[in-house]
Amino acid sequence: MSDATALMHLQTRAATGHAPLLPLKVRDLVLRFGEATVLDGLNLDLGPTGCTMIMGPNGSGKSLLLKLLHGLMQPSSGRIEWGGDAPEQATARQALVFQKPVLLRRSVAANIDFVLKARAKDTGGLDALLEHVGLAHKARQPARLLSGGEAQRLALARALATDPEVLFLDEPTASLDPASVLAIEEIVNEARARGVRIIFVTHDIGQARRMADDVVFLHRGRIAEHCAAAEFFPEPRSAAARDYLNGRIVV
Amino acid sequence: MLARKLTATAVALVIGSAAWAQESIIVQSTTSTANSGLYDYLLPIFQGETGIQVNVVAVGTGQAIKNAENCDGDVLLVHAKASEEKFVAAGFGTERTDLMYNDFVIVGPAADPAGVGGMNDVQGAMAKIAEEGALFASRGDDSGTHKKEMALWADTGVDPTAASGAWYRETGSGMGATLNAGIGMGAYVMTDRATWISFGNKQDYQIAVQGDEDMFNQYGVIPVNPAKCPSVNVDAAQTFADWLISDAGQDAIAAYKVADQQLFFPNAPDS
Amino acid sequence: MQSIGEAFGLAIALVLSGDADLIEIVLLSLRVSLTATALACVIGLPIGALVAIGRFWGRSAVLIVMNALMGLPPVVVGLLVYLYLSRSGPLGFLGLLYTPTAMIIAQTILITPIVAALSRQVLEDLHAEYAEQFRSLCLTRLQTIQALLWDARYSLLTVGLAGFGRAVAEVGAVIIVGGNIDHLTRVMTTAIALETSKGDLALALALGIVLLVIALGVNAAVQSVRMTAARQAYV
Repeated sequence: MSDATALMHLQTRAATGHAPLLPLKVRDLVLRFGEATVLDGLNLDLGPTGCTMIMGPNGSGKSLLLKLLHGLMQPSSGRIEWGGDAPEQATARQALVFQKPVLLRRSVAANIDFVLKARAKDTGGLDALLEHVGLAHKARQPARLLSGGEAQRLALARALATDPEVLFLDEPTASLDPASVLAIEEIVNEARARGVRIIFVTHDIGQARRMADDVVFLHRGRIAEHCAAAEFFPEPRSAAARDYLNGRIVV
Repeated sequence: MLARKLTATAVALVIGSAAWAQESIIVQSTTSTANSGLYDYLLPIFQGETGIQVNVVAVGTGQAIKNAENCDGDVLLVHAKASEEKFVAAGFGTERTDLMYNDFVIVGPAADPAGVGGMNDVQGAMAKIAEEGALFASRGDDSGTHKKEMALWADTGVDPTAASGAWYRETGSGMGATLNAGIGMGAYVMTDRATWISFGNKQDYQIAVQGDEDMFNQYGVIPVNPAKCPSVNVDAAQTFADWLISDAGQDAIAAYKVADQQLFFPNAPDS
Repeated sequence: MQSIGEAFGLAIALVLSGDADLIEIVLLSLRVSLTATALACVIGLPIGALVAIGRFWGRSAVLIVMNALMGLPPVVVGLLVYLYLSRSGPLGFLGLLYTPTAMIIAQTILITPIVAALSRQVLEDLHAEYAEQFRSLCLTRLQTIQALLWDARYSLLTVGLAGFGRAVAEVGAVIIVGGNIDHLTRVMTTAIALETSKGDLALALALGIVLLVIALGVNAAVQSVRMTAARQAYV
């Protein structure tokens, strides 16, 4: 599916000229909805490269954490400190792929063209990008008639079209068939190889094992543990993570 | 792109409408002359002779006078002599000339509930209608016909508006709409004869009261005064008014017939 | 009842005869109301979009006013436009009264609130779906509005249709500012009013039937465009 020469237009991160966004420091992050505290005092340090998997049972606050980090929501208190000269512009240097892709009511190509034009980018890379995600043959077709896997690949291609330094993925492969899952993972891995920082929410333990460099395990709005994948999967330290990995119900 | 096209269209419309304005006039007119088809007969003759396009706005006499006072017409052609003279006295018109006449009639259902059929004393008939409480539909719109009707009620000594909503029904509409309404409810209606003859929805209605000289209906023509309204097409307006009262115009008015009946009788003074 | 059957016969005869006057009236109706609809869209859609995505003080009051203005009485609009365009009014020097342009202006004012209010609803629903993605992409407000208007284009066709329907069917405004002048400002509805006042009910009804058929044709055309779009999941 991929062709290294087709990706020439995608810059490697070193070439941007900005001060890098990472490392990321999160300090005493709290998110409340009225009386309910959904994220309760998170502290987190993420290094400049690799793929961080955020895991945890339903309702533990994974998606909300992603939106906070991406700047789509404001925390009730605490700080999120991205590097770079202008932290308030961090959102524009990142991209987020949602669990359910939000595709415009246009053709496949127009969904990407739209982003390239909005960001005043050269639209010359469009064909290569579609080729890269295996959708070149569907370029003129309506985006919303794509299969689930194709739709998610398009969403991923659109995210990559913005040349993000950080790519957030919120359960992008939930409800996809195994082949589609692998196709998505391959694209993400290629982005990582080019230096894009990956922050990935998943429930798929196999996927986490395949891709994670480090794991953040959330439980009841707190970080139960954060460690290298090589340590986490053989022997998680927290009881909640152990139960979760063993398939027991964790609330 | 679309917006640009639309702007171009709008500009074209404005320019287009300015272009026709050059050799045309607007006549603020009473409805009876328009609804009876008189203009359809007269205007092609006039345009053939002069090349002037006449655009007729047919509304009630009251509204026609108001519109002309707002300078929204070049010639006024209505039938309410007192109001017309006031219009000229106030400087809105240059000169009022008698143009033609016909007469008013009261039409009613064949059943004739007030028993006024065949009467030629209009005040007597109206008093009888009021006494019987038979339905009477009035224009109620300050038109020439309405003003005439109110004057006749005043002669009769009856204030029909006291029974407004009971037997006296004010439609607040034009002649045709009032005839439609009156016929729908079985009411007597006062109308000019021209409108009645050319009216298409008579059903079982007939003329009940006619022939009283008090039901005389005089039409006048007045060019709008350029001193008050600099926008008037003064030459063309004067040409039209002059033509109407000329022998040619008067003959044309007399020649117009519907169902073999002459609707308007020219009576302009000899010039 | 007899006149209804007569009217249908007359309507068919009128259409088949290709009567020049009828064609002129029909074309003017279409020209005036379609132009007014296009102008109302140019004005109303951006307003609808701004209110749809905006979060500002007094927004709910604006919504109430927008929705209420959908019920503007045509006669009132006609009167207001008359007062402005009258020779004695502030815009009298333009000489627009009793022209098709005046009728277009009146109908544009009449249906712009309809386009704005209905498009606001359509665009707000679509924005609910797109908002988070658009914020992630850091779109400007203008880019957001452009994208919403484009993606809602087939739904907005129906909004335009609602405006056109109102415009082509109204008589109160155009009869005041147009004057129902033969061969100049006479449209279907004012012709119907005129024939009714002449008591020629069958002809009036026949014209009404012709108007209905035209409205049907416009609706069918838009519907077929929408159905094509729906097959591509663009609606």
